[in-house]
Amino acid sequence: MKIFGIKLPMMTSLIIWAIVWEIIGRFELSILLPPLSHILVRMVEIIPTMTFLKAFWITAKCFLAGTAIAIAAGIPIGILMGRSTLADRMLLPWVNMFLSAPLTALVPILMTLFGFGVKTIILTTVLFAIWIIVLDARAGVMNITPSLSEMAQSFGANRWQSFSKIYVWAAMPEILAGIRLGCIRSVKGVIIGQLLVSIVGFGRLFEIYSSNFLMEHMWALLLVLFFFAFLIAEGLGMLERKFEYYAASRNQ
Amino acid sequence: MSSITGSDPKSTADVAVAVEDVTKIYPGGVEALNNMTLEFPKGELTSLLGPSGCGKTTLLKIIAGLLPATSGKVTVNGTPVTGPGKERAFVFQDFALMPWASIIRNVAFGLELQGVAKSERMAIAEKQIADVGLKGFEDHFPHQLSGGMRQRVGLARALAVDAEVLLMDEPFSAVDEQTRRKFQEELLGVVENQKKTFIFVTHSIEEAVYVSQSIALLLPRPSRVSEIIRPDIRRDISPDAIRRDPVYLDTVERIWQGLRTYVE
Amino acid sequence: MASFFRHPLTLRIISVSIVFGAWEWAGRIPISPAFPTFLETMSALFGMLADGSMAKVYPATFQPLFIGLVISSILGVACGIFMGLNEKAEWFGAPIFIVLQSAPLAALIPLLTFAYGIGLTSKILTVCIMAMPVIVLNAFTAVRHTPKSLIEMGESYLGSRRQVILKIILPSASPVIYAGLRLGAAMGFIGAVLAELLITPTGIGDLITYNQSIAEYDKMYAAIFSIMVFAVLFIEILEYSEYKLFRPDKRVN
Repeated sequence: MKIFGIKLPMMTSLIIWAIVWEIIGRFELSILLPPLSHILVRMVEIIPTMTFLKAFWITAKCFLAGTAIAIAAGIPIGILMGRSTLADRMLLPWVNMFLSAPLTALVPILMTLFGFGVKTIILTTVLFAIWIIVLDARAGVMNITPSLSEMAQSFGANRWQSFSKIYVWAAMPEILAGIRLGCIRSVKGVIIGQLLVSIVGFGRLFEIYSSNFLMEHMWALLLVLFFFAFLIAEGLGMLERKFEYYAASRNQ
Repeated sequence: MSSITGSDPKSTADVAVAVEDVTKIYPGGVEALNNMTLEFPKGELTSLLGPSGCGKTTLLKIIAGLLPATSGKVTVNGTPVTGPGKERAFVFQDFALMPWASIIRNVAFGLELQGVAKSERMAIAEKQIADVGLKGFEDHFPHQLSGGMRQRVGLARALAVDAEVLLMDEPFSAVDEQTRRKFQEELLGVVENQKKTFIFVTHSIEEAVYVSQSIALLLPRPSRVSEIIRPDIRRDISPDAIRRDPVYLDTVERIWQGLRTYVE
Repeated sequence: MASFFRHPLTLRIISVSIVFGAWEWAGRIPISPAFPTFLETMSALFGMLADGSMAKVYPATFQPLFIGLVISSILGVACGIFMGLNEKAEWFGAPIFIVLQSAPLAALIPLLTFAYGIGLTSKILTVCIMAMPVIVLNAFTAVRHTPKSLIEMGESYLGSRRQVILKIILPSASPVIYAGLRLGAAMGFIGAVLAELLITPTGIGDLITYNQSIAEYDKMYAAIFSIMVFAVLFIEILEYSEYKLFRPDKRVN
């Protein structure tokens, strides 16, 4: 889009939205939206506080632990499904089902079994992230043309060498895509987990703010979360693009 | 063999399409065409032949009215080109068929856009489908057809609107070699039966010499017409015999020698 | 004999039996006093279906779900198409939805409750914020990625802008738009469940939290099982109709 002939980059429209938000807030046109400037002030206020940093630390721990488990378990399962038709036929219906089912409904079960703590949140995160990681790893393996594995065999590679030197790299673009999508779901999972458990981390902070009618604080917290989610997604997107160059030519 | 270079004074009644001093510069500064001047005789098949980068597809799209020229003028039957028109029909390299529509709807699409009544356009489409040899496939879908059959649909669509000028953008490059040869042979028949003007873009020398009455050799950087060749091949011999005719072979070789320095 | 065991249907039945069998076994150990067996859960499920307690609560869950999905679908597809066709609209709208796509939108729920209370409005809005981003982005991408040569073809045969939009762009975009609706439905279900658990449990959330509080775990699990099954069935039906509406070569995963 051009103004006075200068091409404006994509994200600049966010500036206009920010201005609109500010106006809505100043004129109190909606209870939902306090002025953006006030929110930004609150953000600066709360970030250095102990409560925020503790909540952030718990969230980060749960996110990293949950995502790590989802990746460590998900990729091998996905590769297994890609290589073995038997495993695929047995497991695929479940994976597809859990991919679109409202996993949030399972969190109460986790809460009764594992309590109202960090364990539940980590498990929620794993539950949210693992299915797409499995599916994309499977897709990556299935995309490998037979001639690559035949080539490896003809040069005498054993199973482990085939796996580590060929399959993992050949499937890497899809695996990375799966990890990126899995991380986005992890973020959603770790937040939903905390909201439902509500006595730790950000869930607790939201509870505190809402019971004290601190709307601006709630927004500040929210924007911080959104910002980090966006950073993670974009960072992984960049990593994924580094592997994109050979994605299209693998099967030629 | 005879070749005519430069302009041969013809009366304007014999010229279907006239390109005068056309320049095309893409945004970003890439110059595709530079003061191109060319005439296309009525009722004949003229090829635009040249290596990649010489602007032949660009010129074809400008004649079709799909791209605006940066400067210069294109006239069809004396009328300047300002956009697409009923007297010109385009055949696309990648067939451009609507995958969700049946064959007969695809063929009738040009007429549909012009607002022709349904019964009338379906009848015309049926005839065209039969003429290109696809009778029985009216209710099939593009994905059920081979590449060669899909291009026949594209051709049928272009013929259905009964335009005077047919613009073909490397129409046979996306099919296999055997089908391509067959198409070239059939094209000779179509050109003879229809009294239309054909402008045919190709990068295959053999193809150009085989099907054309006149070949415009285009060279790149800057893009220009280097020569106009009229292959003087006897058309009354069998299609296979044409490919062994000495005149055909000599013309092909001559063009190749002229072009080889421009191939990357 | 071997081919019988490799048949997809057999394997499905075996796989389902393994999972339910493991559930039953885990419940009998028991891995936790709060973990009912598969059979206990199923009998509680049929019990609740029979005595009508399930039929009573589902409408309260479905109301915000369906209203929210209808609003999200209509508004979302319209926005997406508009953004795809109009460069200015794209410049304004696309960055917002791209940011929203990766954001944990569930975090907005406390804010909605704060502003709009614990009634139907908040629940409908919850479903909408969860479902809309994916619907909008799918519709937008589908319209944007209409094959250029098809549009050129339409223009070369004298199609007006309106004809090109209605006869070429929209039919070409339909499969991906529909897939977006399917994904949006899945997100909508998540939103409906979240609304029940976070805002106020008036529907299925009531069955879940009430039975949890009185330690009737078999009924609690039965309620959860029912909503999961319902969501999966709904999305399967959408996928099946997608298969029927659009030709197999146009199906989107």
